[in-house]
Amino acid sequence: MATPTKPSPKATPETQPFWDATARGELHLQRCRPCDAHYFPPRPFCPTCHSQDVAWEPVSGRGRLHTYVINHRPAPGFEEEAPYPIALVELEEGPRLMANIVEAPAEPDALVLDMPLEVTFEDQGGMQVPKFRPAEPQEGAR
Amino acid sequence: MTMPSTAIIGAAETDELGTLPDRSELQLHAEAARNTLEDAKLAPADIDGIACAGQSPIAVAHYLGIEPAWIDGTGVGGASFMFHVRHAAGAIAAGLCSTVLITHGQSGRSRLGPAGGGRGRDSLPGQFETPHGIVGPPTLFPMGVLRYMKETGTTHEQLASVAVAQRRWAARNPRAKYRDEITVDDVFASPMIAYPMHKLECCLVTDGGGALILTSSDRAEEMDLPHPPVHLLGAGEAMETPMVSQMEDVTSSKAFRRSSAAAFAQAGITPDDVDHLMIYDAFAHLPIYGLEDLGFVGRGEAGAFIEEGHTSPGGRLPLNTNGGGLSYTHTGMYGMFALQESVRQLRGTAPAQVDGVEISVAQGVGGMFMSGGTVVLGRERR
Ligand SMILES: [Zn+2]
Repeated sequence: MATPTKPSPKATPETQPFWDATARGELHLQRCRPCDAHYFPPRPFCPTCHSQDVAWEPVSGRGRLHTYVINHRPAPGFEEEAPYPIALVELEEGPRLMANIVEAPAEPDALVLDMPLEVTFEDQGGMQVPKFRPAEPQEGAR
Repeated sequence: MTMPSTAIIGAAETDELGTLPDRSELQLHAEAARNTLEDAKLAPADIDGIACAGQSPIAVAHYLGIEPAWIDGTGVGGASFMFHVRHAAGAIAAGLCSTVLITHGQSGRSRLGPAGGGRGRDSLPGQFETPHGIVGPPTLFPMGVLRYMKETGTTHEQLASVAVAQRRWAARNPRAKYRDEITVDDVFASPMIAYPMHKLECCLVTDGGGALILTSSDRAEEMDLPHPPVHLLGAGEAMETPMVSQMEDVTSSKAFRRSSAAAFAQAGITPDDVDHLMIYDAFAHLPIYGLEDLGFVGRGEAGAFIEEGHTSPGGRLPLNTNGGGLSYTHTGMYGMFALQESVRQLRGTAPAQVDGVEISVAQGVGGMFMSGGTVVLGRERR
């Protein structure tokens, strides 16, 4: 029996730039120019004002641990790392992403809400999926 | 908005709940429908409207030999039946049909002929949630719980007390799957599913079904019915997002807030008027969110309210009196069972009957806070 592999995302035309960026080890989001605000998930118009004056831009890759669960019943491909955290990360630019927290013990004491995080990437079926790891606090960070 | 009062004149579940390896999902719909027709002493030919979720209403109607003039396949998750009730009320008031059958059947445990779901690799959830190792609702629904606890000071003990309180009701209900009373320590001793949720803070997975029949209150009062009609006083429906990761505020359900506000406004009631409450409890935090989002308690107060026994037998706000999804049954789209218990409490036929129930509210949720449906039912018509 083949070893299970982690689920791999499949891009659509609307999300292709996001995955093209992760393939280069970069995190890009769309920003609405009239609102001067980033948004997620990708779509070709601003969800707030419906403007199509939007642009893909690199973002900092820094964020904070907004909330999480620690999953004890692994999904296929995650057997060796269970239990593992599934988190919502609030990016400095505003949007929240779901991602695993890596390079930290999967224990509540090690995963303190609002702790600073930074993005890294992991290959899942040829797609570079964003993950987050603990980061040093930034100068001037809130 | 006002509309003519609508009544539920038939309500019944499948013969059995639990593990039913000999019935397909379509058959669970049909069994619930037939039992409900019998409950109201109506024939299939009396039905001219149908609604269901999961399975196609056309497949269900054809299977039952019903030729409806009004069909609603609204499928917005487990709250779908609250939506169906509201849509049926509007359809009846508008003269689109006179008598609507709403069915639920789900082979949630045995998975016999289940309808398909949509989280493919190229869907937004498939791209931005699934790759992170999610395993169904236990990894998604409780995503906001730690944030909620941090912001409100709610404790793990208070979260566990939701399961404890509901088991007290289940202990009084012979049809409940789990009936032995439990303690907070029992909850903590149950296996961790997805921290902070232990197994006893997660719902059951069962087979079963239920159905309702509605007609106008005027007609209900003219009919020679075996049960007193239960009148629809108000209903509301709302949605937020199909991705829990994109909730505006993970510590509160916008869908709960909006659907309940609409329903309470239509019914002309406030939370103080509610004698009995059902809040869809796929997980222990849902009654906590629901109590706050529906306005029964203030922000951050729900955990203590439940822990102190106010929702338990003898408490001032009887909540999830069938034992709920945590102890009674949970097929996957539980909202039908919340409505069934509201009807039983208003008829005075519930196994754990509460005295003097004049108004009951059933709050449904679909997906992971994707949708919310609220139904306000009463013994007296508006
Ligand atoms: Zn905009």
